[in-house]
Amino acid sequence: MEHPEHVKHPEHVEHPDRAAAFVANGERLQWHDKSLWFVREKRDRASGVIPEWEELRALAAGIKAHTLSRLADYLEAFEAKATALGAHVHFARDAEEHNRIVHELLARRGITRVVKSKSMLTEQCGLNHHLEAHGIEVIDTDLGERIVQLRHEPPSHIVMPAIHLKKEEIGDLFHDALGGAQGISDPKALTEMARGHLRDKLLGAQAGITGVNFAVAETGGFVVCTNEGNADLGTALPRLHIACMGVEKIIPRAKDLGVFLRLLARSATGQPVTAYSSHFHGPRQGGELHIVIVDHGRSTILGREHYRRTLQCIRCGACMNTCPVYRRSGGHSYGVTVPGPLGAVLAPHVDPAKHRSLPFASTLCGSCTDVCPVKIDLHEQLLLWRGDLGRQKLVPLKKRMASRVAGWILVRTWAYLLLGSIARWFIPKLPKALAQHRWNDWGRQRELPPAPKETFRELYAKRRRTSGKAK
Amino acid sequence: MRDVALFVPCYIDQFYPQVGLAALEVLERFGAEVDFPPAQTCCGQPVFNSGSFDAALPLAEKFLDVFSSYRYIVSPSGSCTSMVRHHYAELVPHRMGELRGKTFELCEFLHDVLGAKPEGHFPHRVGLHASCHGLRELRLASGSERRIQPFDKVRALLSGLEGIAFAELARKDECCGFGGTFAVAEEAISVAMGNGRIADHERGGAEIIAGADMSCLMHLDGLIRRQKRPVRVMHVAEILAQAARDPGAEGAGGAEGAERADGADELVEAR
Ligand code: SF4
Repeated sequence: MEHPEHVKHPEHVEHPDRAAAFVANGERLQWHDKSLWFVREKRDRASGVIPEWEELRALAAGIKAHTLSRLADYLEAFEAKATALGAHVHFARDAEEHNRIVHELLARRGITRVVKSKSMLTEQCGLNHHLEAHGIEVIDTDLGERIVQLRHEPPSHIVMPAIHLKKEEIGDLFHDALGGAQGISDPKALTEMARGHLRDKLLGAQAGITGVNFAVAETGGFVVCTNEGNADLGTALPRLHIACMGVEKIIPRAKDLGVFLRLLARSATGQPVTAYSSHFHGPRQGGELHIVIVDHGRSTILGREHYRRTLQCIRCGACMNTCPVYRRSGGHSYGVTVPGPLGAVLAPHVDPAKHRSLPFASTLCGSCTDVCPVKIDLHEQLLLWRGDLGRQKLVPLKKRMASRVAGWILVRTWAYLLLGSIARWFIPKLPKALAQHRWNDWGRQRELPPAPKETFRELYAKRRRTSGKAK
Repeated sequence: MRDVALFVPCYIDQFYPQVGLAALEVLERFGAEVDFPPAQTCCGQPVFNSGSFDAALPLAEKFLDVFSSYRYIVSPSGSCTSMVRHHYAELVPHRMGELRGKTFELCEFLHDVLGAKPEGHFPHRVGLHASCHGLRELRLASGSERRIQPFDKVRALLSGLEGIAFAELARKDECCGFGGTFAVAEEAISVAMGNGRIADHERGGAEIIAGADMSCLMHLDGLIRRQKRPVRVMHVAEILAQAARDPGAEGAGGAEGAERADGADELVEAR
């Protein structure tokens, strides 16, 4: 089966090339970095007002780890409770099955116009494309999502899908796509324009699709968090509500919600709480509620002991905001639905060969690990992937050979010393044309390190002799 | 059994010998009996982080053969220390007992084990570059992501020096973009990150960018020298050693960065 990621990102992804293209636009680089750092600082302030922040993280991580250890049990409990509340629960093995279930639900009722509030899962499954191919119009009602949808491109961030665009670019887009006046860049005016356009779509919708942030096993209810209230709006009018969730969205008890809702908004945008936390318990009167629970590779990750923890993720996006590489290369440079450190550890599970450059798109600075509200050791996971890619011979041959040779030399003290003296002899003699050549990835923009006449060990030996100490 | 084995990472041995000497000098000043086992080479971090765990394994074995009989292993490098302390568990789990509790980064060792209170004169404005592995793996300071009681061991060591001032940074612990082979594989981002760090230090009025990881400083120094910026880099060990040699006499200038090896020679001669 062709994975839907391939449809949207057909090229073989090499992060460095796309990142270099992003960096080449210095102005964009600056404001992209600054905008996200602004959110990171807001997150710092918002988490700072909770004295027990670190305990809260540990608690959340513990709850998630526990849930994952009994995932099947909690899913069954949820299914039973949700069904008792009058919802229909469907299980989908993969994206294809998920898309088929959603399509059948719509097609059987003759539905052709659907509104959808933000869901990274449906994005990952390529649901929009699937439904559109069957003649169903899907309108994303989250403003950012709508913007990237109108541009026919994937989101560049899981919480702020259009963060890579300037307001001027959005003005141009609305001029072309929505018939707005030319040259509008005032965010308020743009939001009004989008609101008017979306109101019509919401009023005409025959079904509402939402994601799920937390599904509670104990009650069979679930919560959808949005800042624009669009999940409420999209499910208030149509008779049919379809909620799509990954298997890992389950939490055991209603009282656990408090832990996660406190962490989610603060980590995501620095708000104390998301503007709308909509709770759904069964269908509304006269309506129908279908919950589609999707695996799509998650149980594979669950079966991989060292990587299991990534399923604790609550999709807050904080790891992207803090990542110095993401901030300077943009979400599209990763070539997957979920970018940043999290995406870089998730994507290789799907196709390690295709996404082999992603675990290397990091300095392993570890900021993602410390910012993560559920304590996923993201930078350790990146390192683990590097080892696994190496073992699977998916690290480029040149790099593998270089490591081999370096390993051979470094384990032999004499060879190391010989190579060192050659390097120190060689470096000062390098003509500028070579030292700064465009092929020299270190020297193109940086001076080479100095080449001292003597090594530390030579100086050390000399010092020993002069101070009269016997070796 | 000797007290302290000095682990001088390969690139410091070859390119920054004065940093090794400064580390040695500072350790001895605070009473450590230091030995440099000459068979040592590299901890294996570069190949390990490149995904070649196979190539790193013999290096980890070698490291343990050379060092494990010592009471302490101390290194003027946060990231190499972290490699040994944390990541050897991946390579030589059965030998981790030989390492338990005895690998230290230099500043950490001075601060935690020796309880050192460095003195001397260092009349310069210093920007502290918190290297990521020192910060988030060795916890040399409280990172800005975590909501805990703030602390900073490197700054605590330096703040005892007379005349020193610190440049305050807008992003106090952002990565410099070195990241080992990342600096070459992702050159564009690496350079953009490095330039961002230098600009932040310059805004804070730093004359010197100081850190406990020479690798980060090598990357920043490469950018600084190419762009001929006025700021310069110094390892924390160099600052401590230089300050200790300068009790506060007027006109005692800073170490000039240009002739590093010769400076190191003088240091040897001076002893
Ligand atoms: S990995 Fe952690 S920081 Fe990143 S999105 Fe998930 S929960 Fe948030």
